[in-house]
Amino acid sequence: MTLAKALNAGLARVLEEDPTTLMMGEDIGKLGGVYRITEGLQARFGEDRVIDSPLAESGIIGTSIGLALRGYRPIAEIQFDGFVFPGFNQITSQLAKLRMRSEGKLTVPVTIRIPFGGGIGSIEHHSESPEALFAHTAGLRIMTPATPHDAYWMIQEAVQSQDPVIFFEPKRRYWMKGDVDTEHRAAPAAQAQVVRAGSDATIVAWGPLVPVALAAAQAAQEDGRDVEVIDLRSLSPIDFDTITASVQRTGRLIVAHEAPTFGGLGGEIAARVAERAFYALEAPVLRVGGFHMPYPPSKVESHYLPDIDRILDALDRSFQHSEVSA
Amino acid sequence: METMLAAAPTQAPFIQLLDSDGVRTAHPTWDPWAQSVDQETLRGFYRDMTTARRLDDESTALQRQGELLLWVPLRGQEAAQVGAGRATRPQDYLFPTYREHAVALTRGVRIAEMLRVFRGISHGGWDPRTTGFHHYTMVLAAQTPHAVGYAMGMKRDQKGWDQARIEEEGGAVVAFFGDGSSSEGDVHEAMVFANSTNAPVVFFCQNNQWAISVPFEVQSKVPLVNRAAGYGMPGIRVDGNDVIAVHAVTRWALEHARSGKGPVFIEAVTYRRGAHTTADDPTKYRTQDEEQGWDEKDPLLRVERHLRANGTGQDFFGQIAADADVLAAELRATALAFPTPSLTDAFNSVYAEPHSLVSEELAWYQEYQAGFADRDEEGTQNRAEGTR
Repeated sequence: MTLAKALNAGLARVLEEDPTTLMMGEDIGKLGGVYRITEGLQARFGEDRVIDSPLAESGIIGTSIGLALRGYRPIAEIQFDGFVFPGFNQITSQLAKLRMRSEGKLTVPVTIRIPFGGGIGSIEHHSESPEALFAHTAGLRIMTPATPHDAYWMIQEAVQSQDPVIFFEPKRRYWMKGDVDTEHRAAPAAQAQVVRAGSDATIVAWGPLVPVALAAAQAAQEDGRDVEVIDLRSLSPIDFDTITASVQRTGRLIVAHEAPTFGGLGGEIAARVAERAFYALEAPVLRVGGFHMPYPPSKVESHYLPDIDRILDALDRSFQHSEVSA
Repeated sequence: METMLAAAPTQAPFIQLLDSDGVRTAHPTWDPWAQSVDQETLRGFYRDMTTARRLDDESTALQRQGELLLWVPLRGQEAAQVGAGRATRPQDYLFPTYREHAVALTRGVRIAEMLRVFRGISHGGWDPRTTGFHHYTMVLAAQTPHAVGYAMGMKRDQKGWDQARIEEEGGAVVAFFGDGSSSEGDVHEAMVFANSTNAPVVFFCQNNQWAISVPFEVQSKVPLVNRAAGYGMPGIRVDGNDVIAVHAVTRWALEHARSGKGPVFIEAVTYRRGAHTTADDPTKYRTQDEEQGWDEKDPLLRVERHLRANGTGQDFFGQIAADADVLAAELRATALAFPTPSLTDAFNSVYAEPHSLVSEELAWYQEYQAGFADRDEEGTQNRAEGTR
């Protein structure tokens, strides 16, 4: 099934299994969401569990926090990545901090679903990757699936978590198909997955760039380079053990994300790997990401977004570096 | 309900049942809601207000002596807070800003627990689950959508209850905020959601005339209560220094909300007689004349006048003043004896479930601290946790 259908099925399952869950967002009911992720859920679970909310993001997050304090498990939808900012205060100064403010007495298990990333040919505010802003905020968990199977299971894991979760959905992969095993749970999100084993270099990616990284690894194979690809899945916490173990074998690391490289998670990963595996590195950790600009108009987004060639270029630079120093 | 016309904010009419001379004035609409406030009940309100003022003063003194980081005085707002707090029931849930110390007292929160916040021990201080009194929210108005969400949850929990059960066990929520935070977008969104979902929530605005140094007129050209109509809910403007009137309208509002008729907006007109916080200096932005004008409208003074005129003797007043002194001494002793918190507790309260980064940093921190403990045996400075 498609990643979109997998999310829909995963959401249906948590609504079915846990009567304290409810969904809230703009256009998620009758319309089924602008991407139809919630299609049919209101008809099945009722207007009071799949709620078409007023058009106000801070209100959606703020009332979700109140519902969670009352014992519910709200699943809020933010229609697009760039529309999360009216709710940013509620997420960062309230949702993330309530557990510590209460010295661990209160839990606020709110899940916030956000379609993110570019490559869909849209107007401004519809293609952004703000994950680093949330990963920087202690108190939140950040997840993003890259396959339909993960989408099905990880959305359930997010909703079942006792902590608030920002669940980034790779919107340009909504129509990507893959097998979904609805009986065997996927590994916990906090475990990164080696989705392609290799011995010469490692690429870390997440969400929409996992297929790009895999394609780049495939292309590199033709040049005789055996490249490992890791799908990070969870961006807070990050599974540094899996990354470090891989780098200790390959000696080279490329981190690819759509968000601008400056201040992005690639920098954090590079720093941690330098701390943990300095002597295993054959070359500096290289980042492939967006440029330091607001997301550009769609006619030029293909030049902005990391693609196979940009990752291959980074691989070339990584290998070149070792050759020079050798 | 009185119709509120667009009058100048300070001149608009409000509901008053006890004037500043302590005379109980008749009001056909609201008298039935004030009937439960007999002399004994009023003495209880007076005790609450006196206790709140005494502990408020003690806390200011503690701050001046360097024992608190900051204090947020409530002087002048005792009637608004006690009147509202005493109208709530145990099953209700209240979302304060950060000045609702007298409301806290009515909910069974010990002021000493609140001082944990102002002494740098905790960001929360007390247990909202047992008191129905949420933590203070320092980002103004952010708590108002929480209140609405909580009320939406309550409404779901009470679905299918008959009228008798709602009257007996039904809950409602109070969202406290002020004239300053009324300008924040979250108040607007909270009111939209509350009316859209018919949530059982009472928006209780203490208009204390000042947002730190900015006068009410900068926030609004018209009385705040006028906004209620724009959202489709009843609005009540009440003399916030009249504990009987505040109690009556809040009782009505809570019952309205609880019985499924939706939210209510109360504007309690009061005055922040003290500074915004102990870090503030009101002489820079308002006149002594203005402050003195409000002295005569003091919420405690009028109740005292009323009680004395109706036979309450000096013994009562002497006793509660003495009781308040005892509580103040206890407050001071408790606050000064707070154990120093541990950063380990902070690590452990970031997430409910294990988070590898936090675990790793905690392990590093503990090992680092342990290193100092070792060196302490060798006679160097002990930086181990829990020492100063």
